[in-house]
Amino acid sequence: MSFRGANVLTLQGVTREAILDVLDTAESFVEVNQRTVKKVPALKGRVVASLFFEESTRTRLSFETAAKRLGADVVSLAVASSSVKKGESLRDTITTIDALGLDAVVLRHRSSGAALQVSRYVPHVRVINAGDGQHQHPTQGLLDVFTVRQLLAERRGVLPSETGSQLFEGLKVLIVGDIRHSRVARSDIAAYHALGAEVRVAAPGTLLPNSLEGWPVTVAPDFEEALAWADVVALLRLQQERGSGSYVPSLGEFTNTFGLTSRRVGLLRPDTIVMHPGPMNRGVEIDSDVADLPQSVISRQVANGVPVRMAVLYLSVAEKKEWS
Amino acid sequence: MNLLIRGGTVIGPEAPFRADVLIESGVITAVGERLESANATVVDATGCWVGPAFVDIHTHLREPGREAAETIESGARAAAIGGFSAVVAMPNTEPALDNVPLVSYVLAQGAKTPIDVAVAGAITIGRKGESLAPLADLAALGVRLFTDDGTGVQNPLVMRRALEYAAPLGLRLAQHCEDEALANGGVMNEGPLSARLGLAGRPAAAEEIMVQRDIALVRLTGGRVHFLHLSTANSLAMVLAARAEGLDVTCEVAPHHFTLTEEACSSFDPQFKVHPPLRTETDRAALQAALATGAIDAVATDHAPHAPELKDMAFDEAPAGMLGLEHVAALTHEALGDNPVALFNVLSRGPARVAQLRAADAPVGLSGHGGVIMVGEDANLVIFDPTATWTGDRTALHSKASNTPYDGRALTGRVRSTIVKGRLIVHEGALQ
Repeated sequence: MSFRGANVLTLQGVTREAILDVLDTAESFVEVNQRTVKKVPALKGRVVASLFFEESTRTRLSFETAAKRLGADVVSLAVASSSVKKGESLRDTITTIDALGLDAVVLRHRSSGAALQVSRYVPHVRVINAGDGQHQHPTQGLLDVFTVRQLLAERRGVLPSETGSQLFEGLKVLIVGDIRHSRVARSDIAAYHALGAEVRVAAPGTLLPNSLEGWPVTVAPDFEEALAWADVVALLRLQQERGSGSYVPSLGEFTNTFGLTSRRVGLLRPDTIVMHPGPMNRGVEIDSDVADLPQSVISRQVANGVPVRMAVLYLSVAEKKEWS
Repeated sequence: MNLLIRGGTVIGPEAPFRADVLIESGVITAVGERLESANATVVDATGCWVGPAFVDIHTHLREPGREAAETIESGARAAAIGGFSAVVAMPNTEPALDNVPLVSYVLAQGAKTPIDVAVAGAITIGRKGESLAPLADLAALGVRLFTDDGTGVQNPLVMRRALEYAAPLGLRLAQHCEDEALANGGVMNEGPLSARLGLAGRPAAAEEIMVQRDIALVRLTGGRVHFLHLSTANSLAMVLAARAEGLDVTCEVAPHHFTLTEEACSSFDPQFKVHPPLRTETDRAALQAALATGAIDAVATDHAPHAPELKDMAFDEAPAGMLGLEHVAALTHEALGDNPVALFNVLSRGPARVAQLRAADAPVGLSGHGGVIMVGEDANLVIFDPTATWTGDRTALHSKASNTPYDGRALTGRVRSTIVKGRLIVHEGALQ
């Protein structure tokens, strides 16, 4: 399995080789992003549609920047002013836009599975899932492991692309918070597992998935012990907008039991990496001063979004076989 | 029109036997070997099963209110093709069938179709689960089954009152068992698969809690409940235990629950979205195994047409429900293996008994269904070819809608002819 010429819908069942292909390609785009003229013509003349059926700031900006830096023409659908709000079906929306002559669609949707559905409606268009409901957010998973590999390689003074998946062997990753509703958690877990890391999750009982059968994770019995155990602590946004509020007695109690508070930072080892996919609820899952500590790599995650998404678009679209 | 059905195997309630069947003026007038008739049209049934036409006690005809999906006329055509001489129209139309004028309208429209259309009335006004619909007034029109299907009566006190009120009227209340609070807007079976797919689950417990609650209410009130579309092995076990206890409970299963599992939802194709949801293989196998034992009173389609654009929405936004009328006979035949007696028990005799549509208790204006092939019976018959092979095709349906989950599925067994009140309305698989 490879993302070359393929849709990027899920990291579930992804192979190590397919992830490394993206990470290594992304490394080559890091350099492009440091130039004065930050463009390569890899997707020149290709049309990429950015369809965000759900609010997003950083993912949308990141994808559109990536597509433009590859030289693609980007068309974007502003959902608020579109016919989608008038009850148009997903199929009608996508087939109408496809009349523009698309090569790829970057799709964010509030419904799980929407990206897979769209890929069936327009089989000649490459579909990149930019987050579908509570299902998957593959590019977030990819940029998270990219960021971890980059940091660990820097510490060892080696080039990330020379390390393959080596730095993930035995790596201890703790994912904390609203696992149940998190597409980021589902993609992260698949990516870390494929690369050989060990993953534990920590959450109140209501915010764990109703079943973890088949998930390559264990539940950390004690959050504070797990903080001391971890090499990487990945926090998740408590998704109040999805009604998760009722899954915990109060935000305060969530912070008291599973927040990365200033007090708990002392339990971390000095080199533990703290991550968050954003947007953060400062004072809920993470204390404000913790978010700004040097070991928090949140802004680096954002910065890495562009080269990783350039790599995904490049592999998926440039390697696409011509439609016949 | 007189008909002579020649060369078939008649399926009695106990055993099949070789016989020709003569139908004159809408009634069976002779059953025996090598019959002759000078003025009857001969219908060849060689290699086929001849039995009482099928009865669907769970059909959503969508009229009034959602005629883009189905009408009484189009639903009746689909039913005839499927081998049905009678269907029970469910009351979750818009507005709901909770009053005399609307029920009268559906009965009148149904009377214009070649099949018998009975009506299930709403238990509560507007199916809101709050105050009782006029059960006695509707019963006077011939309504025998009542349900708020689409949802169950959530409030146990309202359900208790409904049972107490219905029991002396000889009425049966049919329940869609799902506790909505626990189902919590879920869109597929809750379990490891829903967790992986990130789809909100409707747990089996949401169904089982209401099955158990209603069994307790039947015990409390002496009322009669019919459990609609049971989907879990536990639900079925509870109903069987209640029956063994002597409570008057009946149950049905829908074809999708004994042919499909939740695995189909992995495609995120909304054609597989239905309430109660497709369950696990353990549940599916338990329901299939129970079909042949007499434990299940009826296979009922829960035929739920939807306009095509609605199934082109995202999985969690699309409406629940799938078609059933045109494929159910083949699916049930396959599930039973070569078991014609059981096939006609679950598709004809059992449902006719539950809905009180047999000759002895059929409402005024409707003929008798689900009977025995013998002299004097109303001629509602189906000729079923158990060896015909064909393929489900969403573009070849007679329903107005095309939301079948069986597009492309290989099927064995097909309705060759449907005879209603002595009229050959489907012949060689085509409407006449």
